[in-house]
Amino acid sequence: MGSIKDKVAIIGMGCTKFGELWDKSVSDLIIEAAYEAYEDAGIESKDIQGAWLGTVFSGLTAGSLSSPLKFRFIPVTRVENMCATGIEALRAASYAVAAGACDIALAVGVEKLKDAGWSGVPGSKVVGDSSIGTAGVAPDISAPAMFAELSLGYFAKYNIDPEEGKKLLAQIVVKSHHNGSLHPKAHFQREVTIEQVMNSPIVAWPLGILDCCGVSDGAAAAVVTRADIAQNFRDDPIYIKSLTICTSGRQDTLTQGYDFSYVPENLNGSKIAYAEAGIKNPLKELSMAEVHDCFSIHEMMIYEDFGFSARGRARDDIEAGTFTLAGELPVNTDGGLKCFGHPLGASGLRMAYEVYKQLQGKAGPRQVKNPQRGLAHTVGGGEGMLSCGITILGNSKG
Amino acid sequence: MSGIVAYGAYIPTYRIKRDVIAKVWGSVGVGGEKAVANYDENSITMAVAAGIDCIYGFDYEKLDALFLATTTAPYREKQSATTVASALDLPSHLRAADFTDSLRSGTIALNSALDTIKAGSARNTMVIASDCRLGSPHSEYELIFGDGAAAIVLGNSNVIATIEDTYSVFNEFMDVWRAEDDDTVRSWEQRFILTKGYMETIQQLVSTIMSKHGSKPEDFAKVILYAPDIRSHATLAKNLGFDLQTQVQDPLLTTVGNTGSASALMMLVAALEEGKAGDRILLINYGDGADAFIFCITKEINKIQGKRGIKGHLKSKLILTNYNKYASWRGIIVEEGAKRPSAVSPSVTCLWRERNRILALMGSKCKSCGTVQYPPQRVCAKCRAKDEFEYYKLSDKIGRAVTYSIDHLTVAKDPPAVFAWIDFDGGGRIHCEITDHALEKPSVGMSVEMTFRELYKAGGIHNYFWKARPIR
Repeated sequence: MGSIKDKVAIIGMGCTKFGELWDKSVSDLIIEAAYEAYEDAGIESKDIQGAWLGTVFSGLTAGSLSSPLKFRFIPVTRVENMCATGIEALRAASYAVAAGACDIALAVGVEKLKDAGWSGVPGSKVVGDSSIGTAGVAPDISAPAMFAELSLGYFAKYNIDPEEGKKLLAQIVVKSHHNGSLHPKAHFQREVTIEQVMNSPIVAWPLGILDCCGVSDGAAAAVVTRADIAQNFRDDPIYIKSLTICTSGRQDTLTQGYDFSYVPENLNGSKIAYAEAGIKNPLKELSMAEVHDCFSIHEMMIYEDFGFSARGRARDDIEAGTFTLAGELPVNTDGGLKCFGHPLGASGLRMAYEVYKQLQGKAGPRQVKNPQRGLAHTVGGGEGMLSCGITILGNSKG
Repeated sequence: MSGIVAYGAYIPTYRIKRDVIAKVWGSVGVGGEKAVANYDENSITMAVAAGIDCIYGFDYEKLDALFLATTTAPYREKQSATTVASALDLPSHLRAADFTDSLRSGTIALNSALDTIKAGSARNTMVIASDCRLGSPHSEYELIFGDGAAAIVLGNSNVIATIEDTYSVFNEFMDVWRAEDDDTVRSWEQRFILTKGYMETIQQLVSTIMSKHGSKPEDFAKVILYAPDIRSHATLAKNLGFDLQTQVQDPLLTTVGNTGSASALMMLVAALEEGKAGDRILLINYGDGADAFIFCITKEINKIQGKRGIKGHLKSKLILTNYNKYASWRGIIVEEGAKRPSAVSPSVTCLWRERNRILALMGSKCKSCGTVQYPPQRVCAKCRAKDEFEYYKLSDKIGRAVTYSIDHLTVAKDPPAVFAWIDFDGGGRIHCEITDHALEKPSVGMSVEMTFRELYKAGGIHNYFWKARPIR
């Protein structure tokens, strides 16, 4: 199989403030993210030769992107892969460039969740399970409860005392809130304490409200071009080392055996991404990572599935501070989904935005030392048939 | 001789003390408790549960008809017996019919079932009576009405209780009724309806069948008397010359309540549970007239085992201490509810296309590698063999929770909702809700059984599916 490594570079990115943006429409968010990316790349809207919009609930068809940005007669497509939608849009734009279909492409991710009238994603009985159709008999389980099931699977497997397990998860939350407090675009910019996390109202045990990511509005965008011409636009383009989507077809939830102590799509998706990027030891070779911390337990499981921690030993690394800003491998340096919230279509590109800024040395108080490679990861869908999107970026070729 | 060949019953897990209800309205307590259908139960789901109990150990391929009796059918127009037959995975040649509207519908159906057996038009006919009636808040009926179901199969072979005689009368009489737009039961003046209706009709009926059959009160080991309330039951027994202590079947009024059309058949199941070969049973049902049956238990009764029946279900219970919760489950109180998207009507087309896997909980078993999968898969999740599978029923399998969640966020009538991934003994895995979850604190590895429930109603469609439940 071929590889996209070093064929495509990001030359501009934009990201709106995330939060409860009552006074902004989907179009407003798209325009803000896209024009920040244009300005960053030093291009104009008319330079875009193809564009991809990632959104789950906030728009259908190319028109949702073409209309606010006034694209005309260029290829534009809306893509969707649940929570992995933002990475999916970046992947589509990058592959178009890699294929030679266009030289400058735009990826935009947007989601407006706060117009629904309730807190949470808009309802849909069909998302992610075409075989269940609209018979409406799938369990009406909330997202936190889905991840509570993973928590209890993990705790059972490694014989972790529930209270201690909860405290472990709280440390991840405290870490992310610290990082988020340093980012002016984060939805939540405040520190929290272990006690606050431990005492936050339970949503689905062991997950309390503070173990859950926020529900936010937001958009992010990237301008990509051919790696060989990237330096015509800027001195510090960011090269795509890997851009993968890893999915499965419910093999683990249709049959017995899988014990809910890890996420198979994350485990295998990271292996595929590392192979494409040529990474052998992620803990050493990655400078930082933005991972899909929709719920605290998921970030902990990712540490293991991504090879940052030995299997069953994430606890040791959490307690050692490995994933803090000052640690060996800072994770979710911008505060993650925890502090930005999770406007589904935007999240993957928001994560890439942080990796991009870190690799360019422009992350301000959150800046990691000597950055070279960074990873962004989103995963979405239903258990057993998740879509895991990963991109690995670098600030130099090779 | 034709008679009963199988029986079963169902009483919902929840009970409420009558004193709790009385206290809400500032009334004097009357003692006892009544069975309350959970929020996800109705006459249909209870009928399925009684049916499962009844056909346990019975070759249901030999059933040719199913008669469902209820006064609380969920649809005014659309048969209910078909839903029950589908959930029980009964053979498609089955004659399905609803017997409705009358409190006597259970025994009306039983008489019709007897006719099918006698006529030879059915080898075996199952009658299920199930009711979930609502008394107005702050009424006697609210205190006495309970929820439950019973199932009886009639046939000609391996008869456990022969039917020696029957007698029926009809009586156009407005004692209790629900008009087209009534949710709760109305009634005429108690003295009149009990004296001229209940007592007089039954006394005449019993006198007729006893002279027809040539029997005296002391010939009966057990007498089953439908009764609207405890006092009328005792008075009637006395008037008829039966000994309340030794002869008369407990009407279940202080433990289950008056279960309407299911009441007489539930008492019959209770009597069969205690009965021995040679016992003669007199059953009297009342409502728009009256029905009498004389049964004689055979030694086949000794072969019956493994049923929960009335006794088993009575023992397995949870006490609902909160009237508001009861009122919410029955729709007496409409809560504001969570700020969530409202339920959308399920697609009838999808429900029809997937009826087997939804109503009968059919999974698939790969003929190539033997892996059981739910929902049924055309391409095997294990070996990718295409279209090489047979259907495999999961509704009757015991499962174990691989992991679970206690969900405070999702919309629930009995919050917090509990969900679990279940691995079935013999293969297969399902993600579903656990209902009656207070029966046992959820844990990884806990054993569960499947129970047919109503998920929700939207667009006028009752959407049913299976949930797991701690084993009762």
